[in-house]
Amino acid sequence: MSTPTDFLLWVRGPGFDIALVIFILGAIIRLMEVLVLGRKPDYADPRNGELGPGVRTLFTRTLPEPGSFKRSPFTVVGGYVWHVGFLLSLLFFVPHIELFHGILGLRWPGLPSNLVDAAAAVTIVTLIAVLISRLNHPVKRYLSGPEDYLTWLVTFLPMLTGYLAYHRMINPYPLVLGIHILSVELLMVVFPFTKLMHAFTFIIARWYNGAMAGRRGVQS
Amino acid sequence: MADELKRFTQTLGESLRERGVSRRGFLKFCTATASMMALPPSMVPAVAAALEQARRPSVIWLSFQECTGCTESLTRSHSPTVESLIFDHISLDYHHTLQAAAGEAAEAAREAAMQENEGKYLVVVDGSIPLANPGFSTIAGVSNLQMLEETVAGAAAVIAVGTCAAFGGLPHAKPNPTGAVAVSDIVHNKPVVNVSGCPPIPTVITGVLAHFLTFGALPELDALGRPMVFFGQSIHDRCYRRPFYDKGLFAESFDDEGARKGWCLYRLGCKGPMTYNACATTKWNQGTSWPVESGHGCLGCSEPNFWDTGGFYNALSIPESDITRSVGVLAAAGVAVGAAAGVLHRSKRANAAAKHEKVTIDDLDKTS
Repeated sequence: MSTPTDFLLWVRGPGFDIALVIFILGAIIRLMEVLVLGRKPDYADPRNGELGPGVRTLFTRTLPEPGSFKRSPFTVVGGYVWHVGFLLSLLFFVPHIELFHGILGLRWPGLPSNLVDAAAAVTIVTLIAVLISRLNHPVKRYLSGPEDYLTWLVTFLPMLTGYLAYHRMINPYPLVLGIHILSVELLMVVFPFTKLMHAFTFIIARWYNGAMAGRRGVQS
Repeated sequence: MADELKRFTQTLGESLRERGVSRRGFLKFCTATASMMALPPSMVPAVAAALEQARRPSVIWLSFQECTGCTESLTRSHSPTVESLIFDHISLDYHHTLQAAAGEAAEAAREAAMQENEGKYLVVVDGSIPLANPGFSTIAGVSNLQMLEETVAGAAAVIAVGTCAAFGGLPHAKPNPTGAVAVSDIVHNKPVVNVSGCPPIPTVITGVLAHFLTFGALPELDALGRPMVFFGQSIHDRCYRRPFYDKGLFAESFDDEGARKGWCLYRLGCKGPMTYNACATTKWNQGTSWPVESGHGCLGCSEPNFWDTGGFYNALSIPESDITRSVGVLAAAGVAVGAAAGVLHRSKRANAAAKHEKVTIDDLDKTS
């Protein structure tokens, strides 16, 4: 790796392949494990259907529960802001859409780069704020382990390096773009083995809660 | 002979006046050169005075694994201009494409120039040097490596013209069958300036020569050995289509509405964001146009390994391998392995349930 271009070519070539293999294999194996393991059969007569409440809970649990909002508004608002900003940056920045098109063959309209840039800036600031809150709040700090800090770091780095790359704050550009892609590869490698899997498992969990409540005829 | 001697001892000022270049034309050139080299306006008289008095530097031009595109670019790009006269002014003692002499006479010219100007001559190289086998590229039976090492030994500096000489270029592209390397991979004890590009912009080479004539030294270089004044900014940063990138307006094919409206060419594979060169500002053919202005994305030709950056028409953000196929294979493998693991877990759970021994209160009494 004698030049920044060589570095960029490695992270876009073999580096990306390695990360993609670990990410896809890891995530699908873990999901399949959960799904195949299943649950004990429930022999009781269902009082109600599972489908409606299951689907409804997928959406209702996405909204903040009023009690938690009153107790810790910062955690709720901060959490929403950075999740939305992260997804906007990931899914609606045109170079990212080109990447998804290259991998999945799907393409969708992008947002103006300036708008994505603003969303990324807000996300970065919010991620720093939620980390400070985690470190300062005695209960949050008590509940946090190494995995929480690791997942914060691997989420934060792609945002930070992406911002640096977009604004070309490190020269030459192939170097900063390479660092950005490498940080995303780190996220992809860590993803299946940490709580980051919630990006997929939240669907199963929310569906299950709603479906079980529906089956028992109680409010979910 | 007398004419030849006169040419040799002439200063640049005398040479230009003889060719009918007015004082005004010469100063215009000096101003443009000073501004290109990012020198303050107060330096213009100094540039003019130094260039006026400059003596013909001896230049030995070595062509190795190349296509002659660089020479074409530099010698035929314009109708006669001050730039080309500057080029004319140098004593090009050896250039096997341009010189009249051939065979032993040509090699004798090179050796004579080296002896007469020991320590003062400039070596310009276009083309890469094959290391896998010296026989892959020879001139008069001398391998490129040997000729470069011999010629550079007494040189003041080396200018690697074109991406092949600067970074290996096309011959260096995978799988690099000739083991091609750049000049800077071989020359370590002399200053090397990389004027990359496929081909490089003529103004850049004359700019470097003018700098050398003016200051007797080479210009400030970037991390890749390229003159900072020409390669300090990226194509993307200076591109007149940049506002469309910022607004998210992209051409999606070469003949769609976006292409007709002049929108950003990122999605069509433009490598402008990673490419450092002066095309967007100096343009080509006397400022007529440049690739992006003519509707085609930048190929990134002034960057190392630009042939291997994953397809000229693929967006910069797309990884190189055939990932679409591998995603399907990977997903299938993941489902298979995951299902197998799930089945194993199920049997483990069933075994555990089967082996589970129930404990009664009596058993607990016994143990306590």
